[in-house]
Order: sequence, then structure tokens, then C-alpha cells
Amino acid sequence: MTTTSTDNNSVLLRAENISKSFGEIEVLHGVSLTLRAGEVRAILGENGAGKSTLVKILAGFERPSRGQLSYSDWNGTTRTITGWQAEEAEANGVVLIHQELNLADQLTVSENIFLGQELRRGLFLDKRLMDQKSREYLDSLHCRVDTQARVGDLPVSAKQLIEIARTRAKRGRVLIMDEPTAVLTRQESEVLYELIGRLSKEGVAIVFISHKLEEIARIADSITILRDGQLVGDYTAKDLSREDMVSLMVGREIGDLFPAKRLPGSHAPDVLEVSNLKVRGTASPCGFALQQGEILGFSGLVGSGRTALLESVAGLRSPTADQPASIKLFGEPVRIRSLAQARELGLAYLTKDRKGSGLLLEKGLVFNFSLLALQKFSRTLIDRQQEQQAFTGAVSNFDIRIKDAGMTAGNLSGGNQQKLLLAKVLEAEPRIIIIDEPTRGIDIGTKSQIYHFIAELAASGHSVIVISSDIIEIIGLCHRVAVMFHGRLTGFLEGDAINEEEIMAYATGLKDQQLTTPEPLKATGDS
Amino acid sequence: MPDLKTAGPFIALIAIFLIGVLVNDAFLSAGNLSNILARSSFIGIVAIGATFVITAGGIDLSVGSMAAFISGCMILLMNSLLNSIDSILAIILLAVLASIAIGAAAGLVNGLLTTRARIEAFIVTLGTMGIYRSLVTYMADGGTLSLSFTIGDLYSEVYYGTLLGLPYPVWAFLSTAIIGYVLLNMTVFGRHCFAVGSNESVARYSAINVDRIKTATYVLQGICVSIATIIYVPRLGSASGQTGILWELEAIAAVIIGGTVLKGGYGRIWGTVVGALILTLIGNILNLTDAVSNYLNGAVQGIIVIVAVYLQRGAWRKN
Repeated sequence: MTTTSTDNNSVLLRAENISKSFGEIEVLHGVSLTLRAGEVRAILGENGAGKSTLVKILAGFERPSRGQLSYSDWNGTTRTITGWQAEEAEANGVVLIHQELNLADQLTVSENIFLGQELRRGLFLDKRLMDQKSREYLDSLHCRVDTQARVGDLPVSAKQLIEIARTRAKRGRVLIMDEPTAVLTRQESEVLYELIGRLSKEGVAIVFISHKLEEIARIADSITILRDGQLVGDYTAKDLSREDMVSLMVGREIGDLFPAKRLPGSHAPDVLEVSNLKVRGTASPCGFALQQGEILGFSGLVGSGRTALLESVAGLRSPTADQPASIKLFGEPVRIRSLAQARELGLAYLTKDRKGSGLLLEKGLVFNFSLLALQKFSRTLIDRQQEQQAFTGAVSNFDIRIKDAGMTAGNLSGGNQQKLLLAKVLEAEPRIIIIDEPTRGIDIGTKSQIYHFIAELAASGHSVIVISSDIIEIIGLCHRVAVMFHGRLTGFLEGDAINEEEIMAYATGLKDQQLTTPEPLKATGDS
Repeated sequence: MPDLKTAGPFIALIAIFLIGVLVNDAFLSAGNLSNILARSSFIGIVAIGATFVITAGGIDLSVGSMAAFISGCMILLMNSLLNSIDSILAIILLAVLASIAIGAAAGLVNGLLTTRARIEAFIVTLGTMGIYRSLVTYMADGGTLSLSFTIGDLYSEVYYGTLLGLPYPVWAFLSTAIIGYVLLNMTVFGRHCFAVGSNESVARYSAINVDRIKTATYVLQGICVSIATIIYVPRLGSASGQTGILWELEAIAAVIIGGTVLKGGYGRIWGTVVGALILTLIGNILNLTDAVSNYLNGAVQGIIVIVAVYLQRGAWRKN
């Protein structure tokens, strides 16, 4: 890493009045941001606030529609441009580590670190030197992986560290990270924090996106908060409490976003009892129970096994064979082998991957709407009229905003896609609904609507499981919260215990209720 | 511009038809037109099956060999039954049933290998294509299997006979097309074919049994091949290693010309019917004119396919 010759307060990169539109939709509106040498800046905002778009513009992966960038080149001269290519940005030391890591799985660690900037000796690659340098970079990150290992065989956390090692090979002096710790364990995150501190002393400017308020409070010097594509403001980190961060980010008191909680009474029956369910690749058997009318949250870090666990409840994945799980649905023991069977039994699953697994983006709205519940509209042939009527009803019930009847699902905005997906799943008339990331990447207004839909479902006697990485959503919406860590259920939280500190403590393994009993864990109700 | 895309193959068909009218007076004769329809029915029926396979995101290269293999089986079966069963009609009906059973079974094999063994459809059907081709050559001992004349006389009615002035093969083509249309566009199964071909993951999360749908399309394809074979056998009364050569390419070409998307998720039965007619018309017109050698039939068909896909892609891009 080169130390910059400039003093520690010089501006390395500045974005002025940046706007960005995709088609007709503007996702960033005149955002400005200044980065000085040695600064650690957090970008904070809800999903869909425009954080990723902003950092992609800074690093040359998107061109701004309006506004300009200025940067200080290696000689210290300030240059102003209307946007750049990623190659240009990297040549000037501005490097982005993507959320979805960009490594070639088939290549080795050192080949990846030097990808596109291979060291040569004459005509040939200097493998030994590249290996040696890779080792140095990785050692400085306390990363023990073999430089000859194939990247595809490594865990995600190792890949993240390799990405960072790669920026050292690129002589980065503005390092931009999109949720760097989302896939790291606590220890690995500690190593990263330490490294960030070291780089900042060397004069490197660091920008990172994070949803972890604790982490931001700890390592950031300054905070940029975005909401709905607009700059809310620039703050000095130590001036903001976590509560301030949340209300600035959400734009209102959290209470307004969520409907009032209506907890099921202690007499409400258990509609789903799961015990001894062990998901492939996870550590220990899990058990939990869901009451009628309850909204049960599943919290935990990315990769903690929430989706895997609940997908196997819904018949989308096969659990391990060695310990057959016991699942009771409405009091009856069942073995759910497919999602079709789950649907017949009154259980539905709404995927978090709206575009990849939820909707057929190039198909029409009615086609998508009726796909799960199609049998309902069919007696030998599909009754199109009945199908259309049901769709029209759903459009008004779920407030789906449609420009024209012939449009495809892919042309809907994220929020409307999510409403369509919700309508599709509820058309199958489930009594238990598992919703994985109900509001990922959608605007605040639609979020609030979806929270109200979910609360209404519960109030009308449905039972809902919400998996969410959005801790505010879990706290605001759920009656009870199950927390997972490394494929294990570490705790159930109720009432006042549903707060950020408690959830994070269980999500990171600091606290553990030792719930490995094979008996289903009943809700303790209001006793 | 979905309208132009839908109409495209029809416009092309009319244009080619007009060229035929201009090229030779004999083109419009009742005999020639009925011949075109009858000939297009083999490829057409096979292509209707292929429309399902391709719509659901698969591909079947084995149909030509499968047709040859089923022809061989039918001829051997009928010849051998001649000694034990008196009624020739009964023999033919048994052979027809056997043909459908073999076709369905062959399709099932393709389907299970693709879905259960998780082998690429391209590889599976490339393999079975070789297997069936070599089996029929073996059955014919490298030569030709001929249907006994006693049976052939009665059976030839299926190819040469007419109903309301149209040859039976045309009726078979039309009925297969109508059934195919209803199945693909008006039933749950058809919707599921579109969904599976469009995005398997979405289909899975929509409680669709992806493997079963895909397998079913291969079985349907096998049945379509057997129907085509049932009307093809009486035409020549023989089968050899050369029977049904390149049918797979013509069938896939008909499907693609008709506007079905090769990567799956979008299929059109009437387009396929038009595609099959276009291919047969080109061959027929080249036969009737001296301007282009008949030997260039394949080249002209190839150009048409490439142009059709190019036009389709333009239409996609505008969306």
C-alpha cells in the first residue's frame, strides 16, 4: 500500500449533486459526499435508499445521470469528471468491493488477487512473486488460507478477505465496501475493524455500507445518511446515538411505521410444532412452535440457517435422514415432502429472492398471480374469466399499482412486485405463511403497507413467520423472535427482550439459551 | 411488438406461397397442395411435440432416430404377427398400440435421464439419437426392413386415403395441433410448461413439480413421434438406417420459425404448424423450379431459420 504524499486532511474524492435514473425511475436525487484521506465514513440507509447505487457511481460501475465527481490524482492535482469507468477509478486508487463478491471460483487465491494485474517476468507470469506477495497481503489480514487453494472451495468469509487483499495489490487509497461484515463472523469482523483502523492511519479513505449500528458507532468517523435516494445529512459519528441513526434513516418515529402489535392470547392453539429438525449442513436439531394469530420473527446474521430451516419446513429442502424431524401441523403429525403438499395442508412460503425465485419477470401479471393457486381456476381447462376476476380483486386488496394491463412483472417497481408476490402466495389461501425478507429493497411507504398486511393476516387468525435481516423490522413487527446462530436456535425473545442488543447478542453467539432439547419449545405465552 | 411477432410466420407463409404461385402453374393444383399438406404433417406432428419440450426449456435431438426405430419395430411386429393372427386390421391396430407404447417409453427414458440423472438434455438425446439409429440399422441388418404386401395393401389407406377431400395425415396433423393448442394454452399443465421453461426456480417456489413437467414433455414428444410414424410407415412400407434422417433438425426449425423461443418459456403451437408448412413449401417450390437446384433445399431452409431467429431477437430487444 502506498502512503499518500498528501496531508491527512486532503480531499481524495468528492461527489457533487449526483443523480441517477434507471429508465424513468430516479433512484438518487442530488447526493453529495466528500472523502478525505484517513477518513472512515459509513453510509447508512434503509434497503432501497440508494446506497449501493451511490458507491457504484463512486467506483465507476455506474455513470451518474447528473452531477459530477472530482478526485485528486497521484500528483495531488484535482480533476473533475462527469463519471468514470471502473478501470479509471482503480487506476486512481478508488476500489469497490462488491456485496456479491467478484472472484473467479475456478482460479487459485493468488491468481485472483492478481487478476487483471498479473506480475510478469519477461513474457511469462511471475508466479512465485505473485504467491509471495499474496501471502504478505493475506498475512496482514490474519488470513490463513493457502494461496494455491481454489477460491470456489473457500467459505464466503475467506473470499471477503481475499477481495480486500486484492485491493492492496491495486494500491487502493479509497476503499469502498458494500456491507463487508454481513458474511463475516464476529472474530473475522474484528480483524477487519483492526485493518480498517490501520489503513486509515496510512491515509486511506474508507467508505462502507452497513446495517449494523453498533459497528458504525464503533469504527466510523463520519456518517452519510440516505433516505429514498436523498441525502438526509452528513454527521460526525460521535454526535449521533443509535436511536438518532434509526429515526434519521427511517424519516419518522419507528412507531408510525408499524401497526400496533396484537399478541395472540395464551389460549391460542399451536398451529405448527417443529422439533428435532436438522437441516443439511447445520449443527444441531431445531425446535419451535407457532401459535395461531402469531407473528414469529426469525432473526440472525446472513448464513445463520434461517432460510434453510424454514424451507425444509415447507418441503422445499429435504432435511437430513439420520434424525427424522417431527412436524405437527394443526395438531396432526405430517411429513411435508414438497411445496405442493405444504400448499394443500395450508402452509405457504414466500421467497426472499423476488426476481430469481418469486416472479417470472418476462411474463404477465395475471400469469404470475395465479401460478401457485392455479388448480383453483381449473376444471380441465383454466377459467380465464374467474382468474381475471380474482386478479382484479387482488390488485385492489393489495394496492398494486399497474400502468397497463399488458405489462410484465419485470416492469413493476420492487414494491409492487413484492405486493404481487404476496397476492400470489395468499391466493393459495394458506393458514400459515412463512415470509422470507418481506420488504427487502422496497420503499418506505410500501414497507409500511406490507407490515399492515402482515398484521391484518395475523389478526384474522392466520399465523405468520417472518425471516428478516432487518432488525428494525423484526423489533417493530414480531410478537416473538427466534434467533439463530451458525445453524442453531440460540434464543427465543419476547416482550421487552425484543431489542437490538439482545437480538445481536444471540445472533452473534454471545448469549445462548441452550435450546438443544428434542421437545418442541412452546411459547411461554403471557405467564 | 408482440403482434408483429405473432403475425411474422403467417406473413412469411403467405409470401412463400405467392412465390410458389408465380414460379409454376402446377403449384396450385389440388394434387400438389394436398401433397404439401400430407408431407408437412410428419414434421409438423413431431414439431408439435417439440414445441412442448422446448417451451419447458428442454431439447430433444433423438426424434428422427426414434421415428426410424419405431418404424422398424412396427414392421417387424406386423410381419411376425402375420402367421398367428388372421385379421390384418387387428395386426395393424396392435402395431399402432405398440408404436405409441414404444414412443411414450422412449420419451420417458429421455425425460428421466434429464431430470433424475441430471444430465443435460442435449447430451441425453444426442446419446439416444445414436442408440436408436444404430438399433434400427442392426434390426435391418444394415439393409431395409420391408412390410409384407398383404398388410401394406390395407395399411397404405392410412397415408393415401382421404376424408372430405383431405388425406388422413392432414387430419392427424390438424387434430394433434388442436389438442396441442388446448393443452399448451388452456390447461394447468401448459401453464406449468411455460413457467418451468421461463425460470425453474420460480416454478419450484410456485409448488410446481419441475421434474414431472419436464418428463411429461418428453413423453408427449415420444407420443407425437409415434403418431407421425404410424402415418409414415404406410407411405413407403419400409424402414432402414436412413429413415427419419434430419427430422430432429426440421422439427426444431419448424418450432423456431414459428416463434417459439429456443431458451424456453414461450411457445406457440400455431406458429409451429406454420413453420412446418413453410419448410415443406420451400422444398416443394424448389422441386417445381429450375432457378435454384433442389439440392440446395437444406441451404434455403437453413437461411430461413437463421433469419427467423434474427427477427425474433430484434422483437425481444424492443421489449
